[in-house]
Amino acid sequence: MSFPLLTATAVLPAIGAVATAAVPAARRTAAKSLALLVSLATLALAITILVRFDPDGGRYQLTESHAWIADFGVRYELGVDGIAVALIALTALLMPFIILAGWHDADPLETGSKRWRPTQGFFALILGVEAMVIISFEATDVFLFYIFFEAMLIPMYFLIGGFGDRAHEHGEEAASTQRSYAAVKFLLYNLVGGLIMLAAVIGLYVVAGNFSLQEIAQARANGSLHMATNTERWLFLGFFFAFAVKAPLWPLHTWLPNAMQESTAPVAVLITAVVDKVGTFAMLRFCLQLFPEASKWATPAILVLALISIIYGALLAVGQRDIKRLVAYASISHFGFIILGIFAMTSQGQSGATLYMVNHGISTAALMLVAGFLISRRGSRLIADYGGVQKVAPVLAGTFLIGGLATLSLPGLAPFVSEFLVLVGTFTRYPAIGIIATFGIVLAALYTLVLYQRTMTGPVKQEVSAMPDLRARELVVVAPLIVLLIFLGVYPKPVTDIVNPAVKSTLSDVHKKDPKPEVEAVAK
Amino acid sequence: MENLIALLVAAPLLGAAVLLCGGRRLDAVGQWIGTVLAGASFVIGVVLFADMLGKDAEHRILIQHLWTWIPVESFQADVTFRLDQLSMTFVLLITGVGSLIHLYSVGYMEHDERRRRFFGYLNLFLAAMLLLVLADNYLLLYVGWEGVGLASYLLIGFWQHKPSAATAAKKAFLVNRVGDMGLSIAIMLMFTTFGTFAFGPVFSHVGETGEGKLTAIGLMLLLAACGKSAQVPLQSWLGDAMEGPTPVSALIHAATMVTAGVYLIVRSGAIFNAAPDAQLAVTVVGAVTLLFGAIVGCAKDDIKKALAGSTMSQIGYMVLAAGLGPIGYVFAIMHLVTHGFFKAGLFLGAGSVMHGMNDEVDMRKYGGLRKYMPVTFITFGLGYLAIIGFPGLSGFFSKDKIIEAAFAKGGTEGWILGGAALLGAAITAFYMTRVMLMTFFGEERWRNQPTRSPEAASAEPAAEHHGEHAEPHPHESPKVMTIPMIVLAVGSVFGGAFFSIGDRFLHWLEPITGHSEGNSPLSAATVTGGTMVCLLIGVGIAYAMYGRRPVPSVAPRGSLLTRAARRDLLQDDFNHVVLVRGGEHLTRSLVYVDHTLVDGVVNGTAASVGGLSGRMRKLQNGFARSYAVSMFGGAAILVAATLLMRAV
Repeated sequence: MSFPLLTATAVLPAIGAVATAAVPAARRTAAKSLALLVSLATLALAITILVRFDPDGGRYQLTESHAWIADFGVRYELGVDGIAVALIALTALLMPFIILAGWHDADPLETGSKRWRPTQGFFALILGVEAMVIISFEATDVFLFYIFFEAMLIPMYFLIGGFGDRAHEHGEEAASTQRSYAAVKFLLYNLVGGLIMLAAVIGLYVVAGNFSLQEIAQARANGSLHMATNTERWLFLGFFFAFAVKAPLWPLHTWLPNAMQESTAPVAVLITAVVDKVGTFAMLRFCLQLFPEASKWATPAILVLALISIIYGALLAVGQRDIKRLVAYASISHFGFIILGIFAMTSQGQSGATLYMVNHGISTAALMLVAGFLISRRGSRLIADYGGVQKVAPVLAGTFLIGGLATLSLPGLAPFVSEFLVLVGTFTRYPAIGIIATFGIVLAALYTLVLYQRTMTGPVKQEVSAMPDLRARELVVVAPLIVLLIFLGVYPKPVTDIVNPAVKSTLSDVHKKDPKPEVEAVAK
Repeated sequence: MENLIALLVAAPLLGAAVLLCGGRRLDAVGQWIGTVLAGASFVIGVVLFADMLGKDAEHRILIQHLWTWIPVESFQADVTFRLDQLSMTFVLLITGVGSLIHLYSVGYMEHDERRRRFFGYLNLFLAAMLLLVLADNYLLLYVGWEGVGLASYLLIGFWQHKPSAATAAKKAFLVNRVGDMGLSIAIMLMFTTFGTFAFGPVFSHVGETGEGKLTAIGLMLLLAACGKSAQVPLQSWLGDAMEGPTPVSALIHAATMVTAGVYLIVRSGAIFNAAPDAQLAVTVVGAVTLLFGAIVGCAKDDIKKALAGSTMSQIGYMVLAAGLGPIGYVFAIMHLVTHGFFKAGLFLGAGSVMHGMNDEVDMRKYGGLRKYMPVTFITFGLGYLAIIGFPGLSGFFSKDKIIEAAFAKGGTEGWILGGAALLGAAITAFYMTRVMLMTFFGEERWRNQPTRSPEAASAEPAAEHHGEHAEPHPHESPKVMTIPMIVLAVGSVFGGAFFSIGDRFLHWLEPITGHSEGNSPLSAATVTGGTMVCLLIGVGIAYAMYGRRPVPSVAPRGSLLTRAARRDLLQDDFNHVVLVRGGEHLTRSLVYVDHTLVDGVVNGTAASVGGLSGRMRKLQNGFARSYAVSMFGGAAILVAATLLMRAV
C-alpha cells in the first residue's frame, strides 16, 4: 500500500493542534513556533500532492478507501481532482501567514483584565480548522464530508467568540457581548444549513443505498440509478442550502459581516478565504455531480441570487463605516462571482470560479491582514478614525493599496484573470447577466478607493501621527502574498492546467457544452 | 529583431520595480535611474524603427510571442506583442516625449522628498502605456489600459496629503472604470462572436458576422475610449486630474495616455469600417467634445485647467477624424503626434511659469512674464502658434487635414461635422490667445500681491522653498527643464511639415489603417482659407478682450455661459446630484435594509421555524449554545434512527 498522502495532509495539522494545545502555559512562544512549523510541514505535504497530481491522469487521484461504518455504507474514501488540489494548496499556503499574522493576537491581556486568553488554544484551533477543511476537500464519501463540514463549526465558533480585537471603542464588556453574538449567529446559521443538509444526506442514502460520490455519480451517469425529478430537486436544495449559507449567498449572508467584524483579522481571513471556500467547492463537487438535472433546473434562480450578491454586496461595502465589515461585504460580492461562474456551466465560468476561489483567498488575505495590522496600531476599526496614514507609514499604505487593487481586480494581478473568466463564461451563455455583473467592477473600484482615500490620504490625523510602519514579521506575511498575486496575474497557467480537466469532467456530468462562437475565426 | 520588443516594456518596468521596492537608499539617484531607463526604452525604439524603415511596407509587422497567458478551453489569451507602423509611431511618441519629461522632472521635482517614488510611477506609466500599444490582443491591451489608469491614479494623487488631489485621483479611476466596462463587454462580445479577441483573427473575419454585433462592439469600444480620452460624457475627470504635478499633466494627461482612446478606435478600424452606426457615434462624440472642451477652455483662469480643456478639445478632433473611417485614421494619428509635441510643450511651459511664480496657477495673477522667462515665452509661443494652426507649423497641417476630412464625409453630416471642426478652430484660436496674452503680455499683475492665500497652500515643490506669502520673483527655469521644452518646440514647429511633405506620414501608416479620399464638397484651398479666417477671428476677439484692455485680477461675474463653462458646463453638478448624492442615499438605505430587513427576516424565519420567537434576543446568554448542542444531538439521533431502521 502506498503512503496515504491525503490522510497525512489532514492528520498532520490535527496532531499539530493537539500538540500545540498540550504545550504548557508558560511556554507560549514554543506553542506558536510549533503551530507555525506544523503549518509549514502541512504546506510541504500539500505541495507534494500538487507535484504528484497528474492533470491528465484519472479524475480522482491519490485515492484512499477503507470500510468504516459497514452497516451504514459509510466509507473512508478520499480522492482529489484538480479543483480540490488547487484549494488544498490554497489552504495550506495561507495557514502559515494566518498564524504569523496572528502571532500576538492571543497573547495574555494586560494585567487587570479579567479575560483569559489561552494562547495555545488559539493556535490549536486554527490548526484544527485547517485539518477539517483539508479533509473536506478530500472526502469523496458524502457522509465523511458532512461530518467534517459540520465539525469545523466548533473550532470556528471558539475562534470567533473567544478572540477578538484588542481594543474596542465601547469597552471590553460590550466587545465580549458582540463577539458572542457574532459567534452564535455564525453557529446557528451554519447549523441550520447543516441540519437541512443532513436530512438530504440521509435522503440520498435512502435513494442510492450508499454514500460514495463516485459510485452514485457513475450510477446516475449510466442510468442505473434513477431519481424521481422531485426527489432530486429536494435533495439538491438540501445540499445547496447548506453550501449557500457557508459561501454565503444572498440573503443568507448576514452572519458573515458580524463574524468577520468581531474576529481578529487572521481569523476573519480564515473564515472568508478558507472555510467559506468549502461551500463553493461543495457546490461544484456535490451539487453538480450528484444532482445534474436539478442543478440545471435551479440555475436561473441561483444566477439571479448570485447577481444580487455581486451588486448588493458591493453597494453595502460602499456604505460601511467599519473596515472589516467593508471587506466582509466585498467578499459577499466576490462569492457572488464565484457562484455565478459555477452555475453559468461553461468551461470559462467554472475554471474561472475555481481560480477565483484561490485568488480571492490570496487577495483577501493580503487586504485583511494589512487592515488587521492597521487596526492593531490604532485600536479602532472605524474608517473615520484614520487619515493620512500613507505619510507616516508608506509601506503599510502601499501594501494596503495593492491588496485593494487586487480586490478590485486590477489587470495584472491574479483576481483579474478569474473575474474576467467568470464574466466571459457567464456572458457566452447569459449575455444580460454577464453585463449586469460587469457593473460590479465599477462598484469594486468605488469601495476600495474610497476606503483607501479615507484611511490613507489627506492630512495626517493626530492619532495616527506616531504610527509605526510595517514591522519585519508583518512584511514577511504580506510580501509573499503580493508576489503571488502578481505571479498568478501574469502567469496563471500552472493553476488553470490543473483545474481545466476537472472542470471538463464536471461539465460532462451535467451534460453541458460551451456555446460555440458565431464565427470560427480560430483554426482548431 | 522582434526579441527586442519586450525590452521596450521591460526597461521602464524594471525601473518601476527597482524604484518602488528599492527603499530610501535609492533616494539620491532614483531620478536618474528612472530617466536612464526611459531613455533606454527610447533607444530600443529607435533601433527597431531604423530596422523597420529598412524593410518594405508589407514586411514591417513584427510579432513576438512570449507566453500563453490564460488558457481555458477555447478561451486563449497570450502575451504576444505586435510592432507595426501604428504601434511604432506610438512607441516613439511615448518613449520620446516620455524621456524628455523624465528629464524635465529631474528639475521640476528636485525638492520633493518623495521624488524616487514619482519616478517609479512615471516608469510604471511608460511600461503600461507601451504594453497598451504593443499588445496583440484586446485582453492584453486591457492590462495596459488599466495599467496606465493605475499610474494616472497614483500620479494625480501624488500629493495625497491634499484632499483635493486624493479625490481627483479617485474620480479619474472611477470614471475610467466606467469606460473599462465598455472594454470588458467589447472583449466578451468578440469572444462570443469570433471565439477570440486577438487582433489578426478578429479583423480578418469581420465580414462574417452581422452589422448589429459589430455596431455593439464598436459602441462598447467607444465607451472605453470616452473614459480614457476624456470624451463627453466621461470627460469630467480630466480637469480635476490637473491636481497632479505638471510634468504628469504634460505626459499622461496631454501627450500620451489620454490619446489611448484614439489608438483603440484606429486600431479597431476594421470593426468600425463595417459598422457605420458606430462610426457615426464616434464622430458625434468627437465633434461634441471638441466644442465642449474648447468652450470650457475659454472660461478657465487656471492655466492648467485651460490647457486641460484644450486637450479635451484636441482629442475631440482626433476622435472625430477616427470616426470618419479610412479618410480620417491617418490624420487622427498625425494630429495625435503633433499634439503630443505641442501640448506637452505647452504644459511644460505652464510648469515652468508656475515654477517661477511660486506655483501660482491663476492667470489673472500673471502678466508680462515674457521679459522674465524668455525661453519659456518663446517655446510656449511656438507651441501656441502650432496649436492654433498657424500656417507652416505642426497644427496647421494636421488639423487642416481633419477639417478637410470632416467635410469630405459628405452629405449633411459632412457639413455639420466640418462646421463644428471649423468653429472649434476659431474657439481654439480664442482661448489659446487668451492664455498667451494673460500670461506673457499686459500688466505685471503679480506685483505687490501674495500669490497664494495660506489656506490654498500649494504642494507643488517650489512653493515650499519660496514661502507662500512673498511676492513672486519670476525667473527662468534651469536648463534641465528648458532643454526638453526647446526640443518639443522644435517638434511643434517642424513636425507637421515633415510629416506632410510628400505625404510621408500617410504612406507610412496606410498599410495598417488603409486610406481613402472622400469627395469633399469644398476644395482643399477653400477649407484652408476658411480655417485661416476662423483663426483670425478667434485671435482678433481674444486680442480685443485681453490684449487691448487690462485684465482684471479678479474674475468678473461673466455671462451665464461663462459661469457654466467655469463649472465644466455643469457636468460635475449633475454627477454630484444624481450619482454621488443618489448613490449615497441608495447605499445608506441598503445598509438599513440589510440590517433590519434581510437579517431580521432570515433570523425571524429561523426563529419561528425553530419555535424560538422572542428567545433569539437571548442569544448571548448561553441559551443558544444549548440550542446548538441540541441540534448536534438531533443530528446524532437522526443518524442513529436511520441506522436502526436499516438494521431492522
